[in-house]
Amino acid sequence: MTESTLMLPSQQKNWLDAVRYYTPTIAVAVTVLVLWELLVTVLNIQQFLLPKPSAIFAELIAEFQLAFDTTGSRSILIESTGATLWEAVGGFCLGCGAGILVAFITARWTIISEAMMPFAIAANSVPIIAFAPIMNNWFGLTNPASKMAIVAIIVFFPTMINTVRGLTLVDPLQLELMQSYAARPFKILFALRIPNALPYIFSALRVASSLSVIGAVVAEFFGGPRATLGVFITQEASAFDFARAWAAIIMAALIGISFYLVVLFAERRLMPWHSSLRERA
Amino acid sequence: MAAEAKIKPIVISAKNLYKIFNVGGSDAVTALQNVNLEIRAGEFISLIGPSGCGKSTLLRLIADLTKPTQGELNINGKDPHQARLDRDYGMVFQAATLYDWRTVTKNVQLPLEIMGYPRTVRQHRAQEMLDLVELGKFANHYPWQLSGGMQQRVAIARALAFEPSLLLMDEPFGALDEFTRERMNMELLRIWEKTGITVIFVTHSIPEAIFLSSRVVVMSPRPGRITQIVENNVEYPRMFETRETPRFFEKVTEVRELLRDAHLEA
Ligand SMILES: Nc1ncnc2c1ncn2[C@@H]1O[C@H](COP(=O)(O)OP(=O)(O)OP(=O)(O)O)[C@@H](O)[C@H]1O
Ligand SMILES: [Mg+2]
Repeated sequence: MTESTLMLPSQQKNWLDAVRYYTPTIAVAVTVLVLWELLVTVLNIQQFLLPKPSAIFAELIAEFQLAFDTTGSRSILIESTGATLWEAVGGFCLGCGAGILVAFITARWTIISEAMMPFAIAANSVPIIAFAPIMNNWFGLTNPASKMAIVAIIVFFPTMINTVRGLTLVDPLQLELMQSYAARPFKILFALRIPNALPYIFSALRVASSLSVIGAVVAEFFGGPRATLGVFITQEASAFDFARAWAAIIMAALIGISFYLVVLFAERRLMPWHSSLRERA
Repeated sequence: MAAEAKIKPIVISAKNLYKIFNVGGSDAVTALQNVNLEIRAGEFISLIGPSGCGKSTLLRLIADLTKPTQGELNINGKDPHQARLDRDYGMVFQAATLYDWRTVTKNVQLPLEIMGYPRTVRQHRAQEMLDLVELGKFANHYPWQLSGGMQQRVAIARALAFEPSLLLMDEPFGALDEFTRERMNMELLRIWEKTGITVIFVTHSIPEAIFLSSRVVVMSPRPGRITQIVENNVEYPRMFETRETPRFFEKVTEVRELLRDAHLEA
């Protein structure tokens, strides 16, 4: 998942521009799907190895019909998607919020940040997902809080580290400009350090948005309520209903990408000076 | 001529000023050695000398961005720290140092914001300063939408915005082409004549120093010392044609020879 494929067109001049921008991406997607369908059919690949896209798509349609028809029927897949999204978003908000908060506190006092950073960087390379069973113990297997906790811990460290960097890695010349005006620390924070940190914070949030969906789904592999994507995937796979498992994977991918795009959109909105907007200006 | 007859008060005085970086270390550098200098109100002083001779260091000492190792430095009768707190000077750094996240006008307003001017005054003053540097139409652009020379002019507008009595400029036109640079020189002279501000101007260009300044301070390479202070009697008003007068050539040659001698001695 590279950044360029998911980048929003910076300034859509008109509808035609948008079409031109997205056409290659859509062409690649369609080609891959057609090839996939053809290969599975021609090579007669068993559905438990790789189901056809059409079969997966049919599953998805069926689930959406269940969820949104008027008979009051329910779709476990759609409910699972909602539950996993809730865990991911909840954990994201908690973890990133705490990360940014702690970063502001540590960046304020250099001594604390110097003492904390090595631990944060070390913690950042620990596979935190391994704590999932412990969180299940702490908060209860079916309590969304156990997954949120894992997600929160996963996204906390990159967010905190990047925010501290953004607040402290300020161009010395830009800092001297502030000193030449005898600006107070408070003013330096708001007029220089925070704007300087925004690109760092957003790049952490973009990574965190993807990580939070991954974290939630993988944490669910260790157990959780029936209506969550991770549990759904494991159960359908062990029941050899691979088209349904794949449908759930697609849903997980969709919420991951949507979440990422929302963060990206917020970034563009909050930082109109962003460098990636410059070429088309 | 009339202005020169009146003796103006001394606004900057340096006595036996030393700046040694990493004192006592094996990598100690004597950047400035025994600098003595007196600058009167309304002067335009150029600092000229080879790279690494301590021009920026002298400017940064005056700006209280670094402390002298030894010696006395007075700005408007105060120590540099107090002068900085009193916002006695505006500084133009070698790089434009604009904030990317602020529009041009917001960049110019930054010092006014810090100093607590009301919004309407800020906006009015910023527009005035931008007009002065001929960038009135670019107020709402972002810095990266401007050329290097335009950015540098915004930095000058910003330094002038709060009307400091002293303007410190570190090679502000170093990155400009010859033609733009000469135009900027004209603009700066115009501003200086209009406002009566005291300017200390670091440059590598001898013609630029002669064109702009009332006195040229020639410095020698490490350890940085003042070799000579050249009174510049090229007559005012200075215009494009001034650069082609014999007096101008004479002065340029004088400074060039001083710089060469200083280099040979070192
Ligand atoms: N922060 C510092 N730490 C150590 N040495 C320094 C520092 N700043 C400057 N120096 C040294 O002081 C000397 C003078 O530096 P300065 O920047 O004042 O030179 P300059 O005359 O402005 O040169 P240039 O024309 O290249 O800008 C140099 O030899 C430099 O190595
Ligand atoms: Mg310098």
